[in-house]
Parts: sequence; C-alpha cells; structure tokens
Amino acid sequence: MEPFIRPIVLGAMIFIVFNLLIMASAILVLAERKIMGFMQQRYGPYLVGPHGMLQPIADILKLVFKEELRPKGADKWLFTLAPVLSIVTAFVAFAAVPFGAETTLFGLLDEPIKLGIADVNVAVLVVFAVTSMGVYGIVLAGWASNSKYSLFGGLRASAQMISYELAYATSLAAVVLLAGSLSLREVVDAQQGTWFGVLPQWYLFLQPIGFIIYVIAGVAETNRAPFDFPEAEQELVAGYNTEYSSVRFALFPQAEYINMVTMSAVATDLYLGGWHFPGVPPAFGWIVFLAKVSMFLFVYIWMRWTVPRYRYDQLMMFGWKYLFPASVLNLIATAALVLYFNA
Amino acid sequence: MPETVTFYLFAALAVGASALVIAQRNPMYSVLLLIASFGALSGLYIQLDAPFVAVAQIIIYAGAIMVLFLFVVMLLNAPKEDAAEWDRSHPLRQPGVARWGTLLAALLIVQLASALMAVGEYNNPVGAQSDATTVNSVADMGRSIFTRHTFAFEATSILILVAMVGAVVLARREGDQ
Repeated sequence: MEPFIRPIVLGAMIFIVFNLLIMASAILVLAERKIMGFMQQRYGPYLVGPHGMLQPIADILKLVFKEELRPKGADKWLFTLAPVLSIVTAFVAFAAVPFGAETTLFGLLDEPIKLGIADVNVAVLVVFAVTSMGVYGIVLAGWASNSKYSLFGGLRASAQMISYELAYATSLAAVVLLAGSLSLREVVDAQQGTWFGVLPQWYLFLQPIGFIIYVIAGVAETNRAPFDFPEAEQELVAGYNTEYSSVRFALFPQAEYINMVTMSAVATDLYLGGWHFPGVPPAFGWIVFLAKVSMFLFVYIWMRWTVPRYRYDQLMMFGWKYLFPASVLNLIATAALVLYFNA
Repeated sequence: MPETVTFYLFAALAVGASALVIAQRNPMYSVLLLIASFGALSGLYIQLDAPFVAVAQIIIYAGAIMVLFLFVVMLLNAPKEDAAEWDRSHPLRQPGVARWGTLLAALLIVQLASALMAVGEYNNPVGAQSDATTVNSVADMGRSIFTRHTFAFEATSILILVAMVGAVVLARREGDQ
C-alpha cells in the first residue's frame, strides 16, 4: 500500500501547489484592485460577476485572445525566452519553501510526509539563488525588445537587483546564524514555543531590524511599488514589458505575483514561525501559514497604494548608504550575541 | 548507472556551452551561454554531494557576477563583432600576442593532460566522494577556508584587487588625468 500511495500523494501535492500559485496571481490581481479602490474611496472592479468577483477570469480571457506581436528589430529567441524564464524561476523558487508540519494524511501513510515540495538542506540559499535568477527574465525582455524604454527598464532592474540582493542576503544570514541551520524547515522548527508563556518565540522579536530590512529588500526584489523602477509607467511607458502583448505579457505580472507569494512565504518561515502558533495543533499548521502569508500579501498591496515611487538616485543611495550598512551591522551584532550565548 | 548518465549530460552541457561562449559574435548570447555553463557545473556539484557549493555557484556566479556582466553589455550596448573589423591593425592580431597566446595555450593543454593522468592513478569512479565530509557541512567548510586554506583565500582576494586595478588602468583613456 505504502510505496504505491506515496508517489501519488507527492504528485498531488505538486499539482495542488502549482495550481494554487496560478490561482493566487489571479486572486491577487483582484485583491489589488479592490483594496486600491477601497483606499481611494471607490468600488474598484464591479461589473463582472457579483461585486466584480469574476474580473480575473475576464482579464485572463482578454489577454489570451489578444494578438501576439513582436517588434521587427527584436531578438527572436531572447524575446520569447524572457517571459518563460521569469515564470519558470518564479515557480521553481517556491519548490524549496516548506508550508506545513509533517502529516500522515489521517493515517493514509505509514510514514509522515513533510508538507513542502522539496526538503532541501540548504533551502534558504536555494530560494535566494532561484529568485536572484528571476531578474534575467526582466533584463532579457528589456534588451531583446530593441526599444529604448525597455532597455532602460532592464538596466534599472539589474542595477536594483544587485543593490538590494546584498542587504537581503545579509539579513537572511543573521537568521541562519540564530537557527544554526540553512534548512527552512529547521529554521521554522527552531521557533516553536513561547517566552514567558505569552510571546511566541519568533525571530521577528529577536531580529526586528533584520525583519524590516528583509521586507524592504523583498519589495525591491519583486519590483513592487515603491520600488517598481523597471516599469515606472510615468517615465518608461511600461518599462521592460513595453513591447509585449497577449500571453507573453501576462507571464510577467504573473511571475511578479508568484514572487510576491514566495517572498511572503519565506518571510513567514524565517521571521513569523511558519506554521507554528501558540495553542494551534500542528495538524492545522497550514491554515496558520496561509493566514500569515495572506497578511504579508495585504501589507505588500497596502504599501503599493500608500507610498509613492522614489527617484532612481534615491533608490541607489538608500540601498547602498543605509540599507546595506544597517544589515551588515545587524549581522555583526547577531553573530557576536550568538557566539556569546552559545559559548 | 543513472549517475554516470547525468554526469556526462551535465559535463557535455558545461563543455558545449563554454565552447559556444567564445564562438558567439553577439556578446549577449555569450553571457547567457556562460550562465548555462555555470548551471551545468552546479549540477555536477550536486552530484558530488556538495549542495552548498552548488548553490553558492549559482548565487555568486550565475546570480551576481553575470548580472553585472549583463549590465555592462547592455550599458555599453556592445555591438556584434564583425569580421571586417578583425583586420591586421587589431591589437590582438600583433605577432607578439599570437606567440604568447600559443605558448600559454600549449602550457594549459600540458597541465590539463597531466591533471587528467593524475586522476587516473587514484582510480576513482565518477561521482566518488573524496572530501565529502568537508564539502558537505557548511560549518566545516567555513572552518577549513579560514584555517587550512587561509593563504589561498587571501591570495584570491589580492588577485581580485589586481584585476580591479588593471581594469581601471585599462579603461582610463590617454590624456585623462
């Protein structure tokens, strides 16, 4: 029984996660427009379905049936490769993210299965490596389109990525030092229990500065406002995706939303105790996880419609002069404290 | 058996992509092929039970350094190389450059051959784990880099510094102060 069912369960998990991620981008588009409407004191999409709930389906249908165009001067291969590259890296990054405790699926399996696609022992680095590869999609799209607006978008994306990846990785390293492991699952399990019976032992409370740096750098990494320089509408038409249309265009925002989900999931694992919550049994851990990720996603959208875009030089100055030094100081202080308390 | 198959697959990918890097006229394609080659190398590291090295390879080379390469190629908008520009007056066509280049290439071939011969003496099968315990654990690797291999580690950083100074000197135009 067991060797027969296990691959099926694993396959089902991959299928569900893959489709949930696709759904998530559709739902996030609707959520974004609804929340934006709420913040600007209007209704947002309201015509398709009850309260505009079916708007994503209409959007998808419209995009699928549009004509695919490719500029004459564009590089044939890279123009096609770019959107594929960004969507593939977005999906692959989530594969290393654990999202729940071990479960036997109500006794169906003899040995418990871990909720998460791949349990890698260097998961923190794998997620970081794959998300950093995602910038190639944007940069190539910018270059291959053979248009100056696209090129500027691509250039900005690469410069922004290099600048904010440093701060991002350094804040990750501080958490890795605390947990003493590069495995996301072990990092999550190190955050079980509470202090004084009330405060959950989340790294958020040990690493408040690291958490803030992580969130800021995460917004920059996913190219969301206020760091959406690669597509800055007011300056660059639509930036790197100016020349794209139809499904090829749709893949870029979809990759962006999936990256948002991955960023939020990793932040939940690293700083908010993943699927642990005082008083909640591990069997319902995935619900806790989902709730925490949704909260993060809301903050992402909230930020986008509250904070205006910076200037490009401000972005560079902030990244190199404030964010990176702050994250290095945070890392040094964390390392010293870990050495002091563990020795 | 599947290990042997994947080894030759990744090895062929790495060698093939590297060879295509210098065969391309378009610098953009060269950069992308180099990234593919790094990816194949990282696959080989995973096969050697060194996931940390494999991921570090992706983060540092494919993720960070190649983004910089791409940035520079795009910023300079490097044109395709034309055969017409590749005439006698090109600095790489001077006789001294060719002689030295041939000498260095011959040295490299001799060194590679001797290294391959030395590996044959150990008689290790493909994917055998020689230093697996050191490479496997991140903590052990950090310790050995900063204790046993400190000199090589520091020497590498000086090498990078030299390359940086060299780039600055080369990039400075005549007459610039």
